[in-house]
Amino acid sequence: MASPMRIRAAAKDGVTEVRVLMSHVMETGQRKDSSGEVIPAHFITELTARHNDKLVLSAEFGPSVSTNPYLAFKFKGGEKGDKVTVSWVDNKGDSRTDEAQIA
Amino acid sequence: TAHAAWNEQAFGAKSLDAAFEVLGAGKPAVSDDVVLNTPDIAENGAVVPVGVVSKLPGTEYVAIMIEKNPYMLAASFTIPEGTQAEVQTRVKMGQTSDVYALVKADGKFYMAKKEVKVTLGGCGG
Amino acid sequence: MSLHSGFARAQQAAAALYDMPAFGNVSLLHMTDCHAQLLPIHFREPSVNLGIGNMSGKVPHLVGEHLLKHFGIRPGSIEAHAFTYLDFVEAAKTYGKVGGFAHLATLVKQLKASRPGALLLDGGDTWQGSATALWTKAQDMVDACKLLGVDVMTLHWESTYGAERVKEIEEKDFAGRIDIVAQNVKTTDFEDPVFKPYVIRNINGVPVAIVGQAFPYTPIANPRWMTPDWSFGIQEQGMQEAVDAARAEGAQVVVVLSHNGMDVDLKLASRVTGIDAIFGGHTHDGMPAPTVVDNAGGKTLVTNAGSSGKFLGVMDFDVRDGKVADFRYRLLPVFANLLPADPDMAAFIDKVRAPFLEKLGEPLAVTEGLLYRRGNFNGSWDQLIVDALIAEKDAELAFSPGFRWGTSLLPGDTITMEHLLDQTAITYPWTTLTEMSGEMIKTILEDVADNLFNPDPYYQQGGDMVRVGGLQYTCDPAAPMGRRIDDMMLKGKRIEPGKTYKVAGWAPVAEEARDSGPAVWDVVASHLRAQKVVTQQALNLPELKGVGGNPGLVL
Ligand SMILES: [Mn+2]
Ligand SMILES: [Mn+2]
Repeated sequence: MASPMRIRAAAKDGVTEVRVLMSHVMETGQRKDSSGEVIPAHFITELTARHNDKLVLSAEFGPSVSTNPYLAFKFKGGEKGDKVTVSWVDNKGDSRTDEAQIA
Repeated sequence: TAHAAWNEQAFGAKSLDAAFEVLGAGKPAVSDDVVLNTPDIAENGAVVPVGVVSKLPGTEYVAIMIEKNPYMLAASFTIPEGTQAEVQTRVKMGQTSDVYALVKADGKFYMAKKEVKVTLGGCGG
Repeated sequence: MSLHSGFARAQQAAAALYDMPAFGNVSLLHMTDCHAQLLPIHFREPSVNLGIGNMSGKVPHLVGEHLLKHFGIRPGSIEAHAFTYLDFVEAAKTYGKVGGFAHLATLVKQLKASRPGALLLDGGDTWQGSATALWTKAQDMVDACKLLGVDVMTLHWESTYGAERVKEIEEKDFAGRIDIVAQNVKTTDFEDPVFKPYVIRNINGVPVAIVGQAFPYTPIANPRWMTPDWSFGIQEQGMQEAVDAARAEGAQVVVVLSHNGMDVDLKLASRVTGIDAIFGGHTHDGMPAPTVVDNAGGKTLVTNAGSSGKFLGVMDFDVRDGKVADFRYRLLPVFANLLPADPDMAAFIDKVRAPFLEKLGEPLAVTEGLLYRRGNFNGSWDQLIVDALIAEKDAELAFSPGFRWGTSLLPGDTITMEHLLDQTAITYPWTTLTEMSGEMIKTILEDVADNLFNPDPYYQQGGDMVRVGGLQYTCDPAAPMGRRIDDMMLKGKRIEPGKTYKVAGWAPVAEEARDSGPAVWDVVASHLRAQKVVTQQALNLPELKGVGGNPGLVL
């Protein structure tokens, strides 16, 4: 079970900025361990973000995204206290959903 | 599963042209309205911040590509109505490379590129 | 020129040198890159400071007579000695040592007396460069800066004491006294500011903003593991936002206290609007006058104030109707013989040095020739270091980083442990011995050459070329990355890409190389103790291509 995401969402002048730090190895499948065995690829493939129930971003990641991925984006609207929900799925089928309130 | 939607062909592309083709981008025009924000020199090749801002009206899709990475397409974003065409993430870079931002706006593709240097470091004034 | 008449001339010159009538209503004093030199020293300016591409022949890439001619300085004058390497040994004997915090303190007091409200800005590279700074974890410099009356500072080598130590000094020692400013330092997680981006101080009723710009490439040029949670970079957009925010807050004068290096500052000044002046450092360019840069919003003055405590920049602004109407600037050399020591500062320096005197004073050898470091490709101090590394580590060749700091010694001087530490006192001093392929050697030389000679200043890191011992090569600075270095030869044989060579070095930035070998000062000290006399020898310099006639080069 992956660790929770850290999510910050802040509304200013009618725009909400969302910043997310995920916890994930984002293993490329190109590296070898100390015994020379290839470390299997393991990375987040898809991600969605919702404001209350409305989809505000969907993204696809490849193995070039850094370990513990970072994502920042902005959408119009959003009030203090509204819910922002972020979900990801990885190539092994693991998933994680976390939420934060707009500050 | 949700995984079925992941664009395996695009993420597996080994060259810029191949990725453009899979994405139906053809030969995208360079546009000053696509702004790529990266450092000039990476502080840490494993964590290079890349931001894309599109000033083109009707921007619906943004992709980030690292030309010299084995998996060139790093990330792609679908921008719904009401979301600003402004995204930022962090990518791995094994060596100095051009970084590309590909944008689809009103059905047409545009791009911007910028070189990010990955250096050995270790000198100074 | 006899020593006697020279000194008499110097005495006369002193009156003229420091006679700078006050002007305007806002004055800023600027020191930078003193590299922890509390006592007067010698420092030879470079004879090689090449500008490539459209930087060729432009400030700061002028040396010797080219520099004198550009700035209208009389050859043979005391200023000519301060700003150039010309007749260095003779002139150094005539005019004596430069810098020293006790002499600098006197000059600062004089200027603050004639310019009420003046602020003292410190551009960084202040806490590193001496044995006592290293051994006290910068405490000697921190206390000296408080005593000197520094108001605002920014950072580079300071960060090599580690993030915790920097924050401890900011929060404890500096609280209520000295502000650390750096708009371009952010946390690596959510990009939160680590320091104040700017401060606004009121000078004679005029709100003046000082925006900080720390050295952008700190985690590349120095070990990243020392500040793992901080990111840097040039952050041009952040600079514009900081300047705009300061103006919106009411600042009538906005200056940047920068550790970018001068070429980077010149480019930044052409692209960011609303900055009245950039007070720059890092590249150690002692420039007698500012460069005026045009940009979309007006004009920005760009200065650079040299190194080693040798200079103090004085900027007087006449601020009228809410903006800068006129200015006067001078970069004053600090000649220890012409400025009496400030007793308080002298007493402080004696006190902090007292516990270390025996260790500092250990004589290691006598030098027959001039020892200096600064220059794009090599210096005699670096030659000594790479020779020692090759001998002591039994290596085929050696690398030494292209640091621009390090004091000079005159022919006949005794090299003490303190002098050796002036060249080597860093927090990651470990020596290395590596089996390296010819291909890797070429990669390293190309990489460093591009950091120095990239035609776009934003891709430069502002050090000098890595110094090499045992290896000959040709260098074409104007060639593109990967094609500057050629004809690498070792003992008359061509370096082969696939062959491995034993390479000695020091100052590794990779975390895996922590404690990789004994400290460089121990290695070089044992070499010197055995040698007793360091003979004057030719520098191992690359054969340069395509730079004939460049006014940044006198060989
Ligand atoms: Mn410096
Ligand atoms: Mn520096």
